[in-house]
This record gives sequence, structure tokens and C-alpha cells, in this order.
Amino acid sequence: MGEHPVYSKTGGVLTTDEIAANFDDLHPPLNAEQASVQASRCLFCYDAPCVTACPTAIDIPKFIRQIATDNLRGSARTILSANIMGGTCARACPTEMLCEHKCVLNTGEDDPVTIGALQRHAVDHLMSQNEKHPFARAAKTGKTIAIIGAGPAGLACAHELAKQGHVVEVFESRKKPGGLNEYGLAAYKMVQKFAAREIAFLLGIGGITITYEKALGRDLTLAELKEKYDAVFIGVGLEKPRKLDIAGENLDGVRNALAFIEDIRQADDLAKIDPGESVVIIGGGNTAIDAAVQAKRLGARSVTLVYRRGPAQMGATKWEQDLAAINGVTMMHWARPVRLIGNGAVHTVHLERTALNDDKLRGTGEHFTLLADRVYSAIGQALVDTALGGIKQQNGKIIVDEHGQTSLPGIFAGGDCIASGEDLTVQAVQDGKTTAAGIHAFLMEKNHG
Amino acid sequence: MADLGCSIAGIESINPFWLASAPPTDKQYNVERAFAGGWGGVVWKTLGEDPPVVNVTSRYGVHKDTARGILGINNIELISDRPLEVNLREIEQVRKNYPDRIIIGSMMAPVEEVLWKDLAIKIANTGVHGIELNLGCPHGMCERGMGSAIGQVPKMVQDTTRWVREAVGDLPVFTKLTPNTTDILLPAEAALAGDADAVALINTVNSIIGVDLDVMAPNPVLDGKGTHGGYCGSAVKPIALHMVAEIARNGTTQDLDISAIGGITNWRDAAEFIALGANALQVCTAAMLYGFRIIEDLNDGLSDFMDGKGYRSIDDFRGAAIANTVNWNDLNMNFDLKARIDQEKCIECGRCHIVCEDTSHQAITMQGNKTGGRDFTVVDADCVGCNLCLHVCPVPDCITMVAQDNDLPYLTWPEHPKNSGVV
Repeated sequence: MGEHPVYSKTGGVLTTDEIAANFDDLHPPLNAEQASVQASRCLFCYDAPCVTACPTAIDIPKFIRQIATDNLRGSARTILSANIMGGTCARACPTEMLCEHKCVLNTGEDDPVTIGALQRHAVDHLMSQNEKHPFARAAKTGKTIAIIGAGPAGLACAHELAKQGHVVEVFESRKKPGGLNEYGLAAYKMVQKFAAREIAFLLGIGGITITYEKALGRDLTLAELKEKYDAVFIGVGLEKPRKLDIAGENLDGVRNALAFIEDIRQADDLAKIDPGESVVIIGGGNTAIDAAVQAKRLGARSVTLVYRRGPAQMGATKWEQDLAAINGVTMMHWARPVRLIGNGAVHTVHLERTALNDDKLRGTGEHFTLLADRVYSAIGQALVDTALGGIKQQNGKIIVDEHGQTSLPGIFAGGDCIASGEDLTVQAVQDGKTTAAGIHAFLMEKNHG
Repeated sequence: MADLGCSIAGIESINPFWLASAPPTDKQYNVERAFAGGWGGVVWKTLGEDPPVVNVTSRYGVHKDTARGILGINNIELISDRPLEVNLREIEQVRKNYPDRIIIGSMMAPVEEVLWKDLAIKIANTGVHGIELNLGCPHGMCERGMGSAIGQVPKMVQDTTRWVREAVGDLPVFTKLTPNTTDILLPAEAALAGDADAVALINTVNSIIGVDLDVMAPNPVLDGKGTHGGYCGSAVKPIALHMVAEIARNGTTQDLDISAIGGITNWRDAAEFIALGANALQVCTAAMLYGFRIIEDLNDGLSDFMDGKGYRSIDDFRGAAIANTVNWNDLNMNFDLKARIDQEKCIECGRCHIVCEDTSHQAITMQGNKTGGRDFTVVDADCVGCNLCLHVCPVPDCITMVAQDNDLPYLTWPEHPKNSGVV
């Protein structure tokens, strides 16, 4: 349906069709003509700034040239050889702060090449062909690696390892693979079950099995995995929602924003989801925006996003903030919740205005209230570290060396559970990819040693 | 406002833009639309003796750039496939309806004097301003001994031109030349010897426009087969400019008037051909790609250019570039250019660096700078002033070529100290 939401024609609740339209592709795919026009704009820069800006360093000028020359499969192979989840990244990456931000046409024409949309064009084409998986596996090494977590980091790592000829066994705590790709991204960015389709494609390389509903600490221990496998990769993400730590947090209607998004992503019928009448979102990142915009698109009367600092400090990009604004989300900066009031269920949020004072954020003592029957907190996630016995951590993240190895030899980690960069799918894929190289080197060295 | 009127072979035209003999001038309907739109003249689509030829379906192929723009068309259409009498009566009618516009009758026939003369007289009797001999069609008609089959043999060029001259007396005679020849001066000299008033060039370039890789046949594919055709459009303009210049600057042919044809798409192309000596111009492909309305900017742009330069008439600048069109041996070996990159305008695409590094003289360095960008710098000692960087740079005026003041005299290769005289 595009960036603008569909509103009710009657003033009543949104119809099923209106909601469906609101959850159609945020950015419809390029048709062949649009792709040709965009591809022909690319200057084929040398040592291109867009490539440097991509955490997975996709050879962007090359894949765009391949679109321009009508070599769509080759284009997709170029993308996927650097980023096996190029399809999700094409949909969900904040390209406005990555590749497209660095496109030299920002200077030349004040309008970058639509790199993300072109990437989707090529990858979607390849995936729609139902052909043999584009990558072959090397000769079998006889090594088996355990991967904990079937999110972007774990699966990217698994794919690279499978390519090298290793066997990979993935353990996933949930019922489906994909991690945040499956549960955490806004629905209109991942339409038509794209996360599941992409993973089916990824697994087409062979040599990877996924066992579901096996969680570290509950069903598995690091010690036994280390004993049984030649190497272990931890890609568990950040599973523990941060608490608001204010009174009333346990009232009905107060939820973690990711849980709300998960409900939307897993719903068979979006019309059955009640987003609430008056929704307050706490937080300033892309998850806060995803929750706010989806609440509005489900038909919430009012959605207010409360962030304790200003627009410049928000984790959400300028583009995401603008998306919230054109979807009717009220952005309330420089305020923080101090108390939630309700009788069983929340009905009021007490807030305090904030300000920077000597570079420290402080409450001003000025209080006000918002009516709310739903409060979604999106103030970040933390590492569940109960089963990581012995692995060194810093600032709530697992410490790894340049090969992705933790303080325990043979145990590697990547994705949101390490401190590598932005908490983006594309960074998780890069972590998985580079750590796979580290694991491969570790195993081959061990072989010869 | 400049006067766009021009004179060729004694014919005065309100502007230099005529539609070339081709599908756009196939019949009264098209020609009158063109005249209503402002075209100065047409060369009617080539006529032959009855019975008329039969054309095939699927007649055009195109060559595109990467931005889907059409660089050139290749066609395999033959001459007019309508009865001669229909064409002649329509020409008469258009002459009456548009008395101030020029109509030239194009013709071809097998190499027999009587056939050429009979047809030329029939066409002349319609009231056309001149006859153009089509000696250039490189497809189909040449297999029947006409078109380029005649144009490639100077003796036949001379004979056919002479026959038409004898048949039509004082009526202007244009001999249209094929570029599918080794030296354009040979047929041009033959046309002059046959008493042509003007040459018209170039006709289309023999070509295969592309291959259908599914069918494995040349485009355009007709029922599984394809053939070579005539290539035209902006892609052939450089070939045409050269051939026009050769005729204009050569002592044996410079008295011929020139009706220039070949990829003329905009007013700048037109001005370039005029600067190289063209008296009038013929356009086809550009009209076939956009319709007749392109005449508006052809006229307006040429007029604006002339106003800007202070040229009041076409003759004020016609041939102005001929004296400066010389042989390589007459160029100044001491002239020295160096590339200059405007760092303010540079968008850091790196194209100048990589093309120089890979394919030229390694004269543009690339170095990271303090702001995280890249600096591109010309190494004067290695820069040979070839212009490649200037041409690949996507930003207008970012790279310029600056003449070096070296106080050295104009020195040609024949005078050069390194010239051993062997070659």
C-alpha cells in the first residue's frame, strides 16, 4: 500500500480489506522497467562508497550492472555470495543510513540509486525461479558444528559452513526459524512469509538441519555441545526485554513492543488483533516505530511515541521517523514515563518532561498524563546469560576476538549477542559470515595440528 | 532572429530541415502532416517502376544504450510498395497544397538508360523541385542490382546521374551516396562527373543490428530468419560527418552542394553538419522515434544558436569548420593538454581514476582523505591529455583539459625531429 496508510472510509473500525491493504508491501517491488531505469542510473563507481557502507560489503556496482545487462541470476549470485539474506536486507535494511546514504548521486543528482529496491528485484527473481541452489558445497570435511539460534547470524553462519563442506546442526528455541526476521520486523516489510521462504532457499544448500524448541539452558548445555561437536556458534540474540522499572508495569495492556509485533507477524487474521484505542509506545528505535506504525495501521485511534530525548538522538532513522509521522503517529520527544495507572488494566500514563542539563538527561519535574489502554515498551533487549557459564562478557554482550571466538576455545558467537555494530539483520549476517570463516580456519588448523 | 532559409542546388528552402526518403515520406498523409508541422521539405520515398515491390512484415531492429535510449535503427524495408501512379498524383497534390515547401522525388531503377530516363521524366512532370538518385539502399534492392549495388561502382554512379541529368534538363539532380564503400570521394567524384548538382549522404550503413539468442537468428526475425539491413540514427552521425567533410574539403568535390544525412537528431547535430559544409539537411530516424514535432526545436535551437553567435543566415557559418578539418599530419605536435579536476564538483565516483589506471596512463591517483572520502589527483608528468577522464566523468565541467603554455612553435609530424622519414 506504500508509505501512506489507508484510513477508514466511514470513520468506523477498519475493514478486513483496509487492514490487508495497510499490511501489503510498504515498498512494492520494482517492475522490470523501473529496475532498468534505476540500474542505468548507477555510475559503476570504482571502490564504491556504497560497498564500504554495507556491513556485508556486497559488490553493489557489480550487481546493479548485472541488472542493467539483464543478467538477473548473476546479479542475485553477486548479492547472495556476500549476504545470503540479501532478500531480507533489501526489505528491512535502513538503506538511508547505509548504502544509499553513501551513493555519490546524493551529491550529483540529490537522489541516490534505489539500491535496496534493486537488490530485492534481483534476489526475488532468483528465488522465484525454483532452480537448483546457486551455491555448491565443498568436499565433505567430516566436521560437525552446533549452532544455537536460527536467527540471521546463526543461519548465515550455517550457510557459510555448509558451503565449506561442514555439517551443521542448528538448535532453535522457538517453533520457527528466522529470529527477528520471522518475529520482529514490521509485517509490511516482510510480506508473503518472506522470512520463511528465504530460509527454505538458504537451506537448499544442504548439510544443515534445524531442531526446534531446543533452548540453551533449558534443553541444551554448552558443555555437552562442546563435547559432542567440533565447534559451537552462539547466535542467541538478545531475548530479555528491558523493563521500564516503573509502577504499574504489570498492569494488563502493558506489553513489550516485540511481543506485539510478533502477534502481528504470526497472525492468520490481522483483523482479530486488537491494537487498542489509545496506544503509547515507549522508546526511540526502529522497533518503537514498527510497533507504532503497525498499531496505527491496525486501526488504533491514537498512537503516541514517547521518547526521552530529541529526534536527533533517536535510534530510528530520519526516514523511519518520517514514516511514523505520515502514518499519524504523534511523536512526543523529551518525556519519560514515571508511572502507569490502572484498575487491572492500564488507563493512564504519567509522564515527566526531560531536558539535557550539563549533558545529562534529567527530569524537569513537570508532569503530565496521557490516556492509554495499551502501553508498548521498546527500550531494548538484554542478553539471557544464565547458560553462558564462563564466557566472558562486557556491557551485557559476549566478547569475541577477530575470528568470532569467545573466551572459550571452540565456542564462537555473533549477531546481537556480541558487540559488533548496529543491531541490524545485515550486521548479524556479516557476523555469521565472518565467524564461519573463523570456525573453518579453527577446524582446519586443528585438523592439521 | 536568424534567417533559417537555405539554398541547395539552386533550390530555396524556408529552413534546412527536410525529411529523408524513407517511411515518413511514403505518402501524402504523412508529408502534409510534416509540412503542417513546419518541415521545409521532403524527399519522397523512393519510387521504382511498376509493378511495385512487396515488403515483408517486421522491418525494424534497434540498437539501445544501457538507459534504453535508441542509438540507431536498422531497417529492411524496400522502396515504395504503392503503385507509381498513386505516388505521382499525391506528389502533384501536395505541391499544390504546400507551394512553399520542397519536394524532391527519389528514384531507383535497374541499370538501363531507358528505365532511368522514363521514370525520371514521370517524376519530374509532377512538379518536384528535383530528383534524387537512390544509389545507397544496402538491403534487398541491392540484391536486384539497384541501390548500393550501383552506388558502390563509380562508373554506374556517373552513368545513372548522367541519364537523369539528360532526362530532366535543368531540374536539380541529387545523387544519394552509400557509405558502404572504401572511399566516399570516388562515388562523389563520379556524381560530379555525371553532372549532379548535389550529393546527398549518407544512406544507411549495412548492418546486422543484433542476434536473437533464443531463435539464433539476426534481428528483426521473420519466421526464424533475419537479414542484414540499413543502419541509421544518431549512432551513424560520426560516419556521416566524416564523409560530408571529406567531400566538402576535397578539391575535386568541393563544388558539389551537399544534402547532409546521418543521425541528425537535434539542432546541434544540424549546426555541426552545416559547419562542415552542408547546404541542407535530411532527417529521418529522429522523426521516426519522436514524431514530426521535433522540427520545432530543430528550428528554434538552430536559430537560437545562430543568434547567440551573431550568424544572421546559414551561409554565415556554413563550412566554417572546413578549414580546421585537416589531416593528422597537419596537427600541432607541440600542443600540450593536462586534465584538471575540480575538487568542489567531484562526487568521488572514481571513474576517471579507474579508466586511466586500467586503460590509459596511470595519471590519476586515488587517496583517502581526512573526511573519509577519496581525493583524485592528476599526475601531470604522466597525463598525456587524452580526454578519456573528461569523457567518463558524469559531472558536467568537473574535469577540464587545460592547454599548457609551453612557448613551443606549431610543429607538425613531417617537421618533427623524431620523424625518420620512413613512415
